[in-house]
Amino acid sequence: MEGHSVYVPKSGFTKWLEARLPIISLTHSSAVAYPVPRNLNYFWTFGAILTMMLVVQIVTGVVLAMHYVPNAKLAFASVEAIMRDVNFGWLLRYMHANGASMFFIAVYIHIFRGMYYGSYKAPREVLWILGVIIFLLMMATAFMGYVLPWGQMSFWGATVITNLFSAFDEIIPGVGTWIVTLLWGGFAVDNPTLNRFFALHYLLPFMLAGVVGLHIWALHHVGQNNPTGVEVKNICKDTVPFTPYATVKDAVGVVFFLILFAWFLFYIPNFMGHADNYIEANPSVTPAHIVPEWYFLPFYAILRAIPSKLGGVLAMFSAVLILAFLPWLDTSKVRSGNYRPVFRVFFWLFVAACVVLGWLGAKPAEGGYTLAAQILTVFYFSYFLIILPLLGLFETPRQLPGSIAEAVLAKKAKRAAPADASVNG
Amino acid sequence: MKLTKLLTAGVFTVVLGALSAPAQASEAGPTPPSVNWSFSGPFGKFDPQQLQRGFKVYREVCAACHSLKYVTFRNLAEPGGPLFTAGQVKALAAEYKVQDGPNDAGEMFERPGRPADHWPSPFPNDNAAAAANGGKAPPDLSLMAKARTYERGFPTFVFDMFTQFAEQGPDYIHALLTGYVEKPKDFNLPDGGTYNKYFPGHVIAMPKPINDGQVDYKGPDGKPQAPETVDQYAKDVAAFLMWTAEPKMEARKALGFRAIIFLILLAGLTYFAKKRIWKKLPDPA
Amino acid sequence: MAETVPSAEPTRRDFLLIATGAVGAVGAAAVAWPFIAQMQPDAATIAAGAPVEVDLTPVAEGQILKLFWRGKLIFVRHRTKAEIESAAKVDVASLRDPQPDSARVKEGHAQWLVVYGNCTHLGCVPLGHQGAYEGWFCPCHGSVFDTSGRIRQGPAPTNLPIPPYTFVSDSKITIG
Repeated sequence: MEGHSVYVPKSGFTKWLEARLPIISLTHSSAVAYPVPRNLNYFWTFGAILTMMLVVQIVTGVVLAMHYVPNAKLAFASVEAIMRDVNFGWLLRYMHANGASMFFIAVYIHIFRGMYYGSYKAPREVLWILGVIIFLLMMATAFMGYVLPWGQMSFWGATVITNLFSAFDEIIPGVGTWIVTLLWGGFAVDNPTLNRFFALHYLLPFMLAGVVGLHIWALHHVGQNNPTGVEVKNICKDTVPFTPYATVKDAVGVVFFLILFAWFLFYIPNFMGHADNYIEANPSVTPAHIVPEWYFLPFYAILRAIPSKLGGVLAMFSAVLILAFLPWLDTSKVRSGNYRPVFRVFFWLFVAACVVLGWLGAKPAEGGYTLAAQILTVFYFSYFLIILPLLGLFETPRQLPGSIAEAVLAKKAKRAAPADASVNG
Repeated sequence: MKLTKLLTAGVFTVVLGALSAPAQASEAGPTPPSVNWSFSGPFGKFDPQQLQRGFKVYREVCAACHSLKYVTFRNLAEPGGPLFTAGQVKALAAEYKVQDGPNDAGEMFERPGRPADHWPSPFPNDNAAAAANGGKAPPDLSLMAKARTYERGFPTFVFDMFTQFAEQGPDYIHALLTGYVEKPKDFNLPDGGTYNKYFPGHVIAMPKPINDGQVDYKGPDGKPQAPETVDQYAKDVAAFLMWTAEPKMEARKALGFRAIIFLILLAGLTYFAKKRIWKKLPDPA
Repeated sequence: MAETVPSAEPTRRDFLLIATGAVGAVGAAAVAWPFIAQMQPDAATIAAGAPVEVDLTPVAEGQILKLFWRGKLIFVRHRTKAEIESAAKVDVASLRDPQPDSARVKEGHAQWLVVYGNCTHLGCVPLGHQGAYEGWFCPCHGSVFDTSGRIRQGPAPTNLPIPPYTFVSDSKITIG
């Protein structure tokens, strides 16, 4: 997108550098002059929060890898050595463990924000699909990272999740077993599994960072969506330069998010974890309830809702992959949920269904819980496959503002009318 | 607009209802009573006297069967712990024999313990521990206070985020040690098991480990420093095990307080800086 | 394109913005510290450096015993009369790192030389009984040490350092 200003090198050195590697002008056009819709709310700061969390995870992870030992006999003890003996080791490990949860909290808010404001619609389909790929990579990274402490949940989580692939035996006999053995590097989850999960857990975040680069590139090419869903028409009137307006607003979001992070990290660092993972892995005893980390629970509930092994596995993978098709499943011409009264109701029902599915994922798979999970699974898929396609055809949207500038002025007038309130961004 | 708000509110009511209803029908045994721990909450600290008593209980009672393999002698003198002196720890370590080697002749040998040594385990390995204890190895206790929990249920677990409740482990340990009560008449107890009110399934392999008056709490003045009761022993050893599980807890909470104060200050500054900058933005017209 | 939205760069430096930036920078620096501190030796490594006892009886005259303390190599050399003499008669003033032999051994135990076993140049292990002075010769870059472990030729700047040790009895020392 065309920016608010153009960088012109002035000194001899910057002119010399600009002719060889235009890195300053690239930084200027993407982080200073880049036009940002002036009506973004704080939900739009989650992109910056997620970038920060990725950096936190990579930095703490690299540092932890200096002390961690990826060996089935030593892994658990090495984590305890980090917690007890390494200088600030407890801080670094709790940062990394709680950081993963914070990362997922932020990514879920980011995804739901995109779904509510229709940020996946043309021309942002590729941007959205890159986001789905990031989400998948995050899930793979988090899963393998959870295996590394080699506690009971690590071991049994790894066993259960890798065994999912054996379901493919029902399609072509032998293929599923072959994949599972390939993942394990043995005939059960054991040292080779731990070792390769460590290698991949170290590798994937850098691939993730690469896809994040593409995600931001795509974003800067098409420009940000905004709460009205109306495209930018006039850069001068509808947008502000990224710096200082968006940078300082992102900084506010980041700092407030850090307070939440610090609360968990320093005061309830094991709230998001499982007690069983403080017991060293034991292949002869399975914990009473095998439960994945909270961020996988909705998908885990969908897996268990389907009574067939293959069906459950396919439903779980589909539940994630269906997101990639969202740009074409939503047929409405209007982007923002603010102007779609019926959509809004279904959207919040969908959010609620995800939360309840998450809660059901942590409950034993029996009786009423399973029935509830089945009903909500049906609703989950209907939302994408029936509700959104039909809603676009039948719903009467509210009148859209003519432009972002118009919406901003209308909001301001409305706010000024009852009382002389101070101007707010 | 009003309709959607009403509907949204309705959705949330339904969700909350769905979440809380089955939680009341809890499947596990009775909930361990909440003990008033000195180390709970944002400013909680371990009571060194209590940790020393708890250590005494562990050493005289639990250590016969349970290892404490992630704890070293030197830990006992570190800040945020039982605060034994370096001299006491050195003397204590020297009371134990630790295997070392091989020496120049290629043989393993025993030497007196040093502060850097780990707490010696009662059995050479898990199989030996299991063989000596009716087929089930007594678990290591180093992390027990973080490795045991109980269901908090909805909505308690949500409140726990705000109240910073994180003492399920010591609550459970205390409850377990005081939970050796008479079994209900109709309860069918298998051979080799003992009835415990709080153990999941109520059948525990460990017989009642401790009785009133078993551990001497007498101080230098000849008077007990704390009640010599099972309840007090259970509290003290649970507190001690919380420390062995989370030896850096005091450092963590202290740093956390400074971090949060700093972040609130920074958040305020950033927020007003943002307002200042955006105020200068003229209207789009 | 012309800038219609004025840049928010304040004409007069705004105290609030400067304060925010400064506090943010302090926070970033504070966060950096644990990431640096974690590279220092951990508590277990520091605690593991307990003193070691060495029995000297099996070390025959002319032999060099190698052992480790705190992960560092140590030579315990049982020197012959000739070796002690050649070390003692050197003109101390002519040495690169002037130290009399008597300062490098314990009084009354001149036959025992205890030194760290890594060359002071770049840390290689010198070979015993080699080089022009029959002390040590470092194969990496050619430093030559005498029978007192003092640097005589080559790039090493100082003598082989002496670890802290004491004689418990005539045939037993404690290192550390």
